[in-house]
Amino acid sequence: MSSPITPVLTANWGTDRSWTLDAYTRQGGYQALAKALTKSPDEVVAAVKDSGLRGRGGAGFPTGMKWGFLPPYDEANPTPRYLVVNADESEPGTCKDIPLMMASPHTLVEGVIISSYAIRAKQAFIYVRGEVLHVIRRLRAAVAEAYAAGHLGPDSPAGVDLIVHAGAGAYICGEETALLDSLEGRRGQPRLRPPFPAVAGLYARPTVINNVESIASVPAIIGKGADWFASLGTEKSKGFVIYSLSGHVTRPGQYEAPLGITLRELLDLAGGVRHGHQLKFWTPGGSSTPILTDQHLDVPLDYEAVGAAGSMLGTRALQVFDETTCVVRAVLRWSEFYKHESCGKCTPCREGTWWLVQVLTRLENGQGNAADLDQLLDQCENIAGRSFCALGDGATSPVVSSIQHFRDEYLAHLEHGGCPFDAAASTAWAPRQEVHA
Amino acid sequence: MSINATTYAELQEIAGRYPQARSGLLPMLHLVQSVEGRVTPEGINACAEILGLTAAEVSGVATFYTMYKRKPVGEHHVGVCTNTLCAVMGGDQIFAELKEHLQVGNDETTADGKVTLEHVECNAACDYAPVVMVNWEFFDNQTPASAKQLVDDLRAGREVTASRGAKICSWREAERVLAGYDDGRADEGPSAGDASLAGLKTLEGK
Amino acid sequence: MSTPATTPGATPAIADDKVTLTVDGMSVTVPKGTLVIRAAEQVGVQVPRFCDHPLLAPVGACRQCLVEVPDGGNGRPIPKPQASCTLTCAEGMVVETQVSNPVAEKAQRGVMELLLINHPLDCPVCDKGGECPLQNQAMSSGQGESRFAAQGGVKRTFEKPIPISPQILLDRERCIVCQRCTRFAAEIPGDPGIALIERGARQQIGTATDAPFDSYFSGNVVQICPVGALTSADYRFRARPFDLVSSPSIAEHDACGAAIRVDHRRGKVVRRLSGNDPEVNEEWISDKDRYAFRYQRPAARLQHPLVRDAETGELRAASWPEAFTVAARGLAAAKAAGGVGVLTGGRLTGEDAYAYSKFARVVLGTNDIDFRARPHSAEEAQFLASTVALSNDVQYADLDRAASVVLLGLEPEDEAGTLFLRLRKAVRANGLRVVAVAPFASRGLLKLGGQLVQAAPGEEAGAIAMLEGIGADTVLLVGERLASSPGALSAATALAATTGARLAWVPRRAGDRGAVETGCLPNLLPGGRPVEEPTARIDLGAAWGVEHLPAGIGRDGDAILAAAAAGELAGLVIGGVAAEDLADPAHALAAIDAAGFVVSLELTETSVTRLADVVLPVAPVTEKAGMFVTWEGRPRTFAKIFDVPGSMPDLRVLAGIADEMGTTLGFATTDGARAEMEQVGPWDGERPAAPSEKPAPARKVLKTKLALATWKQLVGHGSLVEEGSVLLETQRPAVARITAETHEMLRGATEVTLTGDRGQVTLPVEVADLPEGVVWVPANAWPGGVLATLAGPGASVSVKGVQR
Repeated sequence: MSSPITPVLTANWGTDRSWTLDAYTRQGGYQALAKALTKSPDEVVAAVKDSGLRGRGGAGFPTGMKWGFLPPYDEANPTPRYLVVNADESEPGTCKDIPLMMASPHTLVEGVIISSYAIRAKQAFIYVRGEVLHVIRRLRAAVAEAYAAGHLGPDSPAGVDLIVHAGAGAYICGEETALLDSLEGRRGQPRLRPPFPAVAGLYARPTVINNVESIASVPAIIGKGADWFASLGTEKSKGFVIYSLSGHVTRPGQYEAPLGITLRELLDLAGGVRHGHQLKFWTPGGSSTPILTDQHLDVPLDYEAVGAAGSMLGTRALQVFDETTCVVRAVLRWSEFYKHESCGKCTPCREGTWWLVQVLTRLENGQGNAADLDQLLDQCENIAGRSFCALGDGATSPVVSSIQHFRDEYLAHLEHGGCPFDAAASTAWAPRQEVHA
Repeated sequence: MSINATTYAELQEIAGRYPQARSGLLPMLHLVQSVEGRVTPEGINACAEILGLTAAEVSGVATFYTMYKRKPVGEHHVGVCTNTLCAVMGGDQIFAELKEHLQVGNDETTADGKVTLEHVECNAACDYAPVVMVNWEFFDNQTPASAKQLVDDLRAGREVTASRGAKICSWREAERVLAGYDDGRADEGPSAGDASLAGLKTLEGK
Repeated sequence: MSTPATTPGATPAIADDKVTLTVDGMSVTVPKGTLVIRAAEQVGVQVPRFCDHPLLAPVGACRQCLVEVPDGGNGRPIPKPQASCTLTCAEGMVVETQVSNPVAEKAQRGVMELLLINHPLDCPVCDKGGECPLQNQAMSSGQGESRFAAQGGVKRTFEKPIPISPQILLDRERCIVCQRCTRFAAEIPGDPGIALIERGARQQIGTATDAPFDSYFSGNVVQICPVGALTSADYRFRARPFDLVSSPSIAEHDACGAAIRVDHRRGKVVRRLSGNDPEVNEEWISDKDRYAFRYQRPAARLQHPLVRDAETGELRAASWPEAFTVAARGLAAAKAAGGVGVLTGGRLTGEDAYAYSKFARVVLGTNDIDFRARPHSAEEAQFLASTVALSNDVQYADLDRAASVVLLGLEPEDEAGTLFLRLRKAVRANGLRVVAVAPFASRGLLKLGGQLVQAAPGEEAGAIAMLEGIGADTVLLVGERLASSPGALSAATALAATTGARLAWVPRRAGDRGAVETGCLPNLLPGGRPVEEPTARIDLGAAWGVEHLPAGIGRDGDAILAAAAAGELAGLVIGGVAAEDLADPAHALAAIDAAGFVVSLELTETSVTRLADVVLPVAPVTEKAGMFVTWEGRPRTFAKIFDVPGSMPDLRVLAGIADEMGTTLGFATTDGARAEMEQVGPWDGERPAAPSEKPAPARKVLKTKLALATWKQLVGHGSLVEEGSVLLETQRPAVARITAETHEMLRGATEVTLTGDRGQVTLPVEVADLPEGVVWVPANAWPGGVLATLAGPGASVSVKGVQR
């Protein structure tokens, strides 16, 4: 049986000085750009539509359709429109864009140029979180090389300018309208919609915002063809993606494969859950996606099947936790994260996360009672779907799903008068121990 | 402290990179930190003046983002990821032992001014958990022992190189890079770490 | 009546731009673009809300107004509850609020619970208690028990109230960060000195370090705060809302006619709030309109009439009958001895001004009357008679329709707060273009995105003549400052005539326009009747039942004082004039002192009353009914709030004197005056010709002698602003604005000492885009002000640098 691993975006990550234009070009880099420039912008948009590419940032919205929402381009009276790449990778568990930009920034730059050409943007931005210094160096160096090589700049064939913009530490800026406000030099708080960014985005101009992996996939789609891309994956979830395995896994890391692979298959590739332990719970796509358990090992990891299993594919950030892990501790920590990252704009998220942390802290400490669990669920009901943006929804996902799957473990904390787990047993350096029954 | 003419000119230069000047505010505040060691009222006023904003508006931005510091930061900023996955994998223990080792609390600086310790949220390196960041460079797969060695080296002024990145500069120098001023170190370090190549490695020998 | 009636401009019909939706089963048709929360109001459903404010852009932050939408108008339900304050109505939409939908009801209950978990629940000690939307809606949409408290939840705490300006205090524990205040500051006056700071649960309203919230309109944030987070130093802990009685009134501090609400208790005003008048000030007022009312306190005022004792030469208390008798006798003698001049100031109600105007003509037999207690000119009197009286060409709503507005010698933010906000609204909503002929681009002009046409003081005429792009869709707004710039008013009227632009005069004081309409001018009789027009005099004489009215243009204010000083006039009647406001305060006081007999009608003791022979206390606006006429020509009537025995409006006092002099004024009440004004009506004859004064010759630009430009800032020293008040602490710091060249010449001095013919002043320096050789200082930033303590209008001052 052939390997399910299909290196496309990751293919060149192991090559010498892979981040340089030289290395990238030797491996066929910027040929997709040349090919795209032989097509009309509309043909490029059509190819991306035909490929079935869906946004890789978590929501899975069809990329070509997003591009299609831009108002028609007025040749006679062109007004600015922008491409903004969301490189604010901050969802807990998500760690695919950062290594991509570190190892092969030119893949993204080439994707930016092709995509800008397609949507007729003359100015593009990569909004990258500020806490990844070396990635920013690599991106800037790649952009400088691309300018020098004539791929970027007003006089380049696509006529695109590209700015690498460093953020300053705010998870909420991964939300696309918050990102736009941040890129405009404001507090990164989500905007009202409508107007949607496609109509009035950056500087109130038509704007497309796409995830790094989405844009980085564009050169491959153009280079190898939409049909090739669409032939990978499943009926509704086409193409290849990067799956990020982390946690209690023998060989954590990045596994690029067609959509629809299962966690069982991925764990096989990664050497399984760490020796001597069993899978307890995992997130399919970051902490905002409801947790799943060993009952879900065979769920195809595509948008539809994970949704049907009660979670979301999200960013395919597969955080794997074994039986040594206290789920209440894990959920408390995530809740603290959401509280820390809540932008403060709306009441349910701002106040709700404040309260969730207090209740979960008590539960983790074995205080409170069983009724608190039902109240927690009710609190979550008052936050999810009531908040201004999806951060509030995400904050409730781990709470609700963990109570759904591990109510007994919460109760055990109450019976035990505290956390019954040994945190040391979960660490990467915990001595190997025999599995207790 | 006050913003000197060189810095003021650089702040203006940053604002000038964008279609609309205000977009420069985040990198401008990074530059302020690189010069002042934190976001100072003087830096806020300079940004406000250049961008035609009120100081309140700039303060609103400066206090929104966690990378902007109100208190002076030490020569190096050490961030220990204690988000769930890193915490479970040992980040909590690393952070606890570093606090003890350095005799500081969260967001505090050692008496010698060398290291500011802070716990940070997920830094997108989960496959290398537990992760420690020094001046926003990756130190992968840390243990309490390796982390203590790391901060000892930093305090002693020994050369330290990131797992996936460059030789460690100072926090202020890093902030200058974030402001958009290159330090020519992009070519240091590897393409990728082992975990980034895990999928590719499964194909080796096939 | 002598004031023109308002004719609201026609609004274009938008009948087919409507959508029909269902709210709680009730069908409602609303204009396209209407928000669901407003459509619900139309069918009587009040969806609870905090961040929503009809005059601010929607934000959707508090989430209190969540409703269910079973049909978004496309046949499909919207899956999650929607904030009705941000959701636009669509044709066929079905909305279910808390009234009919349990999910909406639960969502609202849930948000309310979350809003309260960190709230201190200190209603018993909170100023807002009793009029608090949070308190009220917690009663209607909240629950009695706190699950958070029951669990021992730990509330967020902050240091208790912190001042964000000398006037405004912020209690962050009470704040629900709805952003009404920050949105107001940014959107309405354009003063974003407060902003959201910090993040998440620590998010709060804040200012920058050492930069207080600096806005002439800051008090509005207290009024629109839906909780007790923002309070004013002025009102804090003074009253409980349910102990207060509210009366509507009109603000007396400028010519804008802002609707206000006066809250009082036991005969004392406790606070003032903005009224709600969509045609005028919407829901906003300036801080002066809000906080400057303590001058009305009886303790601050003259308690009883005073007459100068023949023996001691000192003023002594007198009864009203005695005072009337002494005044009548003295005025009769003065009238016979050479005549009496009348100075009325600019703060009178229309009815009181009418009484002075008639008193001058009928009782004193003179046209020597002038309301202009400030630098003025004959050119201006001609302009007021020809162009201003009876005109109502420009209304507030016209600003929304104009393509451009040109400000001529007018600083709206300082001189006409409501006008400033309406201009800013038109700029933001309709792209109105603003141009100002002024010495420099003021903060107000910058906030209007305006363009400066630079003019040194006295050289406005030339700049006006050079203006380009003026057409029928332009509105020219002329300020009182042009009166001291020869030829400027002539140039402005000529510009309007040649381009078809509409023109309006925007005076600073509430009574200025009413005084024009009622003829408190040497060249104008009530109803816009020209003094020199025989038919106008006959017409008015018939209405007044007098055979003869004085002919010939009388003396203006400056001439009246000069004549008094020279002994040509034997008496003066002075109503509400502060000497510091006049072109030459010292000269004016000397003239009043020299005048044979002076009757002063005043609220408080002033430098004028101290020189008068008879001082007659008059009622403040709270103790009388009346009318102010706005700069547009819109009459704004207000009712008496306090019935105080013995407190008399000016017109009643004048009637008393007239009676004693053996004539009659014809009325002794405000209603009587108003009825007679209606009966007299406007002049329908020809208007006098517009002025055609030549511009002054160009000034010589000197290095060390600078031409003085100045105007009064909104918040500053004056008769109606209490010394030592918190309001005064919020005045903008006094600075001397100089050019970069002057600054260089002074070797970068941080302060300058200016010396004029009346004194000297040292101020911090600010470099501004002024014309060469010009210095600007605020006119009212210290007691006495520029005219009394530095130099006269248009004068030169010498400048010296001070290094600190």
